[in-house]
Amino acid sequence: MLLIDCPCCGLRPETEFRCGGQAHVARPEKPVDVGDQDWSEYLFVRANPRGVHAERWIHQHGCGRWFNALRDTVSDRFVETYPMGGKPKSTTTEARA
Amino acid sequence: MRRFSYRSLISEALNAHQGWQRQWRAPDPKPSYDVVIVGGGGHGLATAYYLASQHGITNVAVIEKGWIGGGNTGRNTTIIRSNYLYDESAGIYEHALKLWEGLSQELNYNVMFSQRGVLMLAHNVHDVQSFKRHVYANRLNGIDNEWLSTEECKAFCPPINISQDIRYPVMGGALQRRAGTARHDAVAWGYARGADSRGVDIIQNCEVKGIRRDASGAAVGVETTRGYIGAKRIGVVAAGNTSVVMQMAGVRMPLESYPLQALVSEPVKPCFPCVVMSNAVHAYLSQSDKGELVIGAGTDQYVSYSQQGGLHITNHTLDAICEMFPQFTRMKMLRSWGGVVDVTPDRSPIIGRTPVQNLFVNCGWGTGGFKATPGSGHVFAHTLATGEPHKINAPFTLDRFRTGRLIDEAAAAAVAH
Ligand SMILES: Cc1cc2nc3c(=O)[nH]c(=O)nc-3n(C[C@H](O)[C@H](O)[C@H](O)COP(=O)(O)OP(=O)(O)OC[C@H]3O[C@@H](n4cnc5c(N)ncnc54)[C@H](O)[C@@H]3O)c2cc1C
Ligand SMILES: [Zn+2]
Repeated sequence: MLLIDCPCCGLRPETEFRCGGQAHVARPEKPVDVGDQDWSEYLFVRANPRGVHAERWIHQHGCGRWFNALRDTVSDRFVETYPMGGKPKSTTTEARA
Repeated sequence: MRRFSYRSLISEALNAHQGWQRQWRAPDPKPSYDVVIVGGGGHGLATAYYLASQHGITNVAVIEKGWIGGGNTGRNTTIIRSNYLYDESAGIYEHALKLWEGLSQELNYNVMFSQRGVLMLAHNVHDVQSFKRHVYANRLNGIDNEWLSTEECKAFCPPINISQDIRYPVMGGALQRRAGTARHDAVAWGYARGADSRGVDIIQNCEVKGIRRDASGAAVGVETTRGYIGAKRIGVVAAGNTSVVMQMAGVRMPLESYPLQALVSEPVKPCFPCVVMSNAVHAYLSQSDKGELVIGAGTDQYVSYSQQGGLHITNHTLDAICEMFPQFTRMKMLRSWGGVVDVTPDRSPIIGRTPVQNLFVNCGWGTGGFKATPGSGHVFAHTLATGEPHKINAPFTLDRFRTGRLIDEAAAAAVAH
């Protein structure tokens, strides 16, 4: 089980959280102008990296807030957590080292 | 290839079993092949076997970064069934089930296919309605699947607790009698042996690190830890690592890779006659011929390549098993492990062409592709040999995520299978 550092509550066990999948997947501003290929990318295509992954989590059974996280998908180690709408401090290449 | 027969067994018994040979060679890679298959799991090896046996294409290499069958093939709980909802799925899984029925004979290798029946338990009104819908849809497709009442479930599988005061009481079940299990390693080894004897090179401990493309963008070969290997066609069959391999050719996939775990108990006398699945509580149970209970759990919630999952996931499954089968509450679990499963948005596989010329992919089998191994290899071999999909895999394109023509088994079952 992962230990997750909620920006609001600190380190808490994974069972209090739900993972919301890849972070920073922006909904197209004007869906009518988006072609099938881009729409498909938005809906279905995911980075799925072997390495550092930016993802969203919600502290469902805690403060109830969403936040972002960088996590290494090989070691499952969290690199950092950061607020929604924010940017991570580490770049993904630094985080890998 | 030395065939296994009654005679060969007797003569080896008299010879203290000194005369058995290696089941496949360990060749050095050639500079180039007609077809290079990336990934030596069951699906990759079956593809190579059918390329050689059905299409006469023997200048083929299977490139495996570890050992063959060491990925999900050797980690799965071996449930085989074909009672999927949609016509497209019924087509491919039933194609596979028919091939399973003759596989040991075809390969001259005992894959221990056992049609002991798979019983899927319903625990709520939604399950009941959805399973009955599956039963009717399956009948229309000529696939056996029948509805059992709670008491009939108990008669078919006596260890089930049908008391109505448990957390998830059994409200009936769907039974496919032709479904069952097979020996996972034997499937990889049997296909490897059959492919090797027809000239296919199986190259283990060799990781694909890059996909080389020419000026026109077409794939022409793979960079590996044992050097460059040219290929007229490349088939990527890398399960949980498919996104990583396809990225080497610049193709982004609609896939996410999750941990999926299984565990086995200490071996005991035969006590469990069939396979029981309960999607609602994430418990999958059968007993191996060695006597161990083989238990499948659910996936973790996050993307991971760690090949291990959280203890609370297996714990949750064991809770459910103890409640459904009280006789197992004192069983000791011996081993647990994880695989990395490649999940598509609609929970159906992707088998066919990619935007890159000469590059083909067979992936997205997620939590339930072992059952499809023979069928998947068979139709993918056709696709690689002819450049066109077989009619059975034609609907399973990568392009369906652009056209919207999904095969939504995810909505149909709403769980791992
Ligand atoms: C715990 C668990 C339980 C399951 N239970 C069932 C079940 O009951 N019934 C069912 O039908 N299915 C089940 N499945 C799913 C099933 O195991 C898979 O869908 C199926 O085995 C996939 O076969 P494959 O040959 O595509 O993949 P794999 O066997 O994973 O083979 C892929 C191979 O590619 C290799 N590879 C990856 N990257 C590279 C590279 N860069 N270079 C070279 N080689 C590479 C890997 O090492 C691996 O050996 C389960 C899976 C798990 C993990
Ligand atoms: Zn919190």
